[in-house]
Amino acid sequence: MSVTSPGRPAQDESAPQRRFGALIAAERRIEPRDWMPAGYRETLIRQIAQHAHSEIIGMQPEGDWLLSAPSLRRKAILLAKVQDEAGHGVYLYSAAETLGAERADLTRKLIERRQKYSSIFNYPALTYADVGVIGWLVDGAAICNQVSLCRSSYGPYARAMIRICKEESFHQRQGYELLMTMMRGTAGQRAMVQDAVDRWWWPSLMMFGPPDDDSPHSAQSMAWGIKRQSNDDLRQRFVDMTVPQAECLGVTLPDPALSLDPETGHHRTGPIDWAEFKQVIGGDGPRNDERIARRRAARDAGAWVTEAAAAYAAKHSGAPA
Amino acid sequence: MTARQDWPLYEVFVRGKRGLNHVHVGSLHAPDAEMAVHAARDLYTRRNEGVSIWVVKAAGITASDPAEKGPMFAPNTDKVYRHPTFYQIPGDVPHM
Repeated sequence: MSVTSPGRPAQDESAPQRRFGALIAAERRIEPRDWMPAGYRETLIRQIAQHAHSEIIGMQPEGDWLLSAPSLRRKAILLAKVQDEAGHGVYLYSAAETLGAERADLTRKLIERRQKYSSIFNYPALTYADVGVIGWLVDGAAICNQVSLCRSSYGPYARAMIRICKEESFHQRQGYELLMTMMRGTAGQRAMVQDAVDRWWWPSLMMFGPPDDDSPHSAQSMAWGIKRQSNDDLRQRFVDMTVPQAECLGVTLPDPALSLDPETGHHRTGPIDWAEFKQVIGGDGPRNDERIARRRAARDAGAWVTEAAAAYAAKHSGAPA
Repeated sequence: MTARQDWPLYEVFVRGKRGLNHVHVGSLHAPDAEMAVHAARDLYTRRNEGVSIWVVKAAGITASDPAEKGPMFAPNTDKVYRHPTFYQIPGDVPHM
């Protein structure tokens, strides 16, 4: 529009940009059809896709135990939990699609290792105690992160997070209850729990991402309201929540330097091995190849079902496939 | 590459309980409306979230333009006399 009529605001290039900035500054949500900077859109697609992939790949470590659950009760619980993870992945893919991404394309990028997922799911679940520790520590860390993201500036992402958080609480509690049960059992069972805690503690701390001074995208994401709290702040929150839970459970967190700072009231941890984090996120963790191979096999082996359903729908609607 | 990306997008609406409206809860892909209802049941009502589901193809929805928000909805704020608080009534008049 080249002519500005009296009484109407100028429709120049920067008007949508100003509206976007004003919404962010006022802590209002951005919705799918609003104008947004290309960087905002790309950052969201990358982050939401990575989050969705984590939920989908996250079914695998625990899914390995579905056929070996120690009782029908534990099996029903684990099935419900793994089904939730699939649901969470789909909520998130839906949110990414409101930004113009295509789900099949995101899955392809995951399989071709062009998009990442949480490093934590590249570690194996070696015993049934791992199922409990994953619920307690891994889902506990995820909840810390996700509660914060319920206030993310992008509406569909924030709404997906609210729905997910409601369901994650069950995940963490079933894990902790499982561990309490094992801790009341034999010395061998207690040793299994401690062994699982020893293996999952440090990778859980790495789930929050690199330290703030080594997190290149963080500042822009915070300015856009996509992220609401920094990696280190969320990690600290998780540590402070988890230390007393470990005491109640009767396990030792594998960090001799872990101590309460009387001045701040926060628990201080020893140094995190960021070289390990970079190695695992870079593709060279204990189970990376296996996780991707299984996701690819699931897509390829299920292709005939999706094709048949599409053919059936086309036949019954009269439209070409 | 796979047929999956050709499945249309459906928007899902769930009635939480009798007496409430159906409310938009999200979206999903399905080959047809019947499958969309089944998938919506698995995806959005795993914990008693609803008693009724509607699905509608996303392509069938016509929406207002967010950039036109001002002119589109301006009459709502212009016409303050449409709101009961516009009218001054003495406090001792009962049942008003």
